[in-house]
Amino acid sequence: MAAALLEVQGVVKRFGGFTALNRVTLQVKAGERFGLIGPNGSGKTTLINCISGSLHADEGRILFDGRDVTTLSAHRRTRLGIARSFQIPKPFTSMTVRENLGIPLEYAGHARAHAEAAEVTDILRDIGLDAKAHLRPAGLTQIEMRKLELARAMAARPKLLISDEAMAGLSSAEVDDILAILFRLNAQGITIIMIEHIMRAVMRFSERIVVLDAGERIAEGPPDAIVRNPAVEKAYLGE
Amino acid sequence: MRRTGVTLVVAVAVVAAGIALAGLRVNPYVYFAGYVILQYVVIATAWNILGGYAGYVNFGTPAFFAMGAYTAVVLIQSMKAPLPVLILAGGLVSALLGLGIGYLTLRLRGTFFSIATLALSVVLQTVIINWEYVGGSRGLSVIRPSEPPFGSYVTFLFTVMVGLAVIAVLVARFIEQSWIGRGLAALRDNEEAAECMGVPTLRLKLFATTVSGFLLGVAGAPFPYYVTFVEPNSAFALDYAVNALAMPMIGGTTSWVGPVLGAVLLGSAQQLATVTISSELNLLIVGVVLVAFVVVAPEGILGLVRRLRRR
Repeated sequence: MAAALLEVQGVVKRFGGFTALNRVTLQVKAGERFGLIGPNGSGKTTLINCISGSLHADEGRILFDGRDVTTLSAHRRTRLGIARSFQIPKPFTSMTVRENLGIPLEYAGHARAHAEAAEVTDILRDIGLDAKAHLRPAGLTQIEMRKLELARAMAARPKLLISDEAMAGLSSAEVDDILAILFRLNAQGITIIMIEHIMRAVMRFSERIVVLDAGERIAEGPPDAIVRNPAVEKAYLGE
Repeated sequence: MRRTGVTLVVAVAVVAAGIALAGLRVNPYVYFAGYVILQYVVIATAWNILGGYAGYVNFGTPAFFAMGAYTAVVLIQSMKAPLPVLILAGGLVSALLGLGIGYLTLRLRGTFFSIATLALSVVLQTVIINWEYVGGSRGLSVIRPSEPPFGSYVTFLFTVMVGLAVIAVLVARFIEQSWIGRGLAALRDNEEAAECMGVPTLRLKLFATTVSGFLLGVAGAPFPYYVTFVEPNSAFALDYAVNALAMPMIGGTTSWVGPVLGAVLLGSAQQLATVTISSELNLLIVGVVLVAFVVVAPEGILGLVRRLRRR
């Protein structure tokens, strides 16, 4: 059995009087395809923010690759190997697609390389953005923007990639396109956490799923068990 | 490497041209006005390191400029320190101010950062007004050292400012074209994404406030010798805040060329207006030109040129 790459231990996050995450614990194994689901407002993105370092947990610990990263800033965690894409794409608007990838490559990719590197060309070809390398993000379509998010995260050379709703609002064929990319990345040895509302995609992709509801972990298991879990059904559909 | 060589040759040529111009001893007003324009090249370039590259709009330019000027006043009063010492000390004190303010305020984003820097200027002016040693609100006369090179002290200060402007532009250009500049551009575009892509955003912002502060202080340090009478209202003048922002905006904020262009054009226009029409018209010109640019060419002259070229 593979060791845990990421361990979230009893993480609590409050915003004023509102508890967004209440003692959430989970483990992600190295090389795993991990799904994180839950209704809107259940705390998925807050949990991702706590893992990537955009937010800091009020209580609990986060271990990555055997190291306690709970108090590390986001950029330090990225350098250790945690990369993420954003639910609402946040490209560097004044730069071309290629230059967008140059930033993580230069700052986190341990390469001292920049936008002109062959590595950027490789990633862009893998993800299918090579024809758009010279464009600014404003000239991209929705799906290309999502691909840019993933490509930029990949340029950080992560061990763990967190894909935050990379498929929301895409057509069925486009969802398959993104899924294929994520499968390929996983085959290269990258651990992936997928947060998604499109059940067809999460169920097909994930080896194991954790369900959040109102900041609490309510279920964990392989996709087929999750679908049959009455607590999950209740969280999504009510009584 | 070759590009660096060319840059240095150009820099040396500019300084040499400045010294040659000083040697010509043309109408003294040329040096008098030239000093102000060059001072604005330094100020606009310094402002742009934080405001243009990092996207943090600083309304507190007068505070940093005046810190340089008053540091010089203190050193002149206490020990008659030579000009190079004044410039270095003025720069260092303003750099510290930049670092401190950066640390206190950079967690504020957008408008809130700008308001905080504006407040800084008001607070520091109040402190100076109540500090008798540097002249308080009445101001203080400063006696220039005798026997300057180039015949007059203003001509000499003009050549000094040529050198300082060249240094400021070289620093800005280096930052812009290095990994630091690329990191600043990333955090300007989206700070959260930049941080998540490995960019140490807080450290880069502190670097920008410190360097920007240093250069603003450097611009202010020769000021007491230039005006020979320093008082808070002129050292903390609103003109600096407005011009520091307007010049890069008019020239274009994404490259070191922009602030230089803006400072030369707007600075010259202001000097011309002061002589030919009235000295009160200065800020009006800036205001009108700035509004025109924001409406017609929000990316400044550089953006305009780029757009025309693409056609």
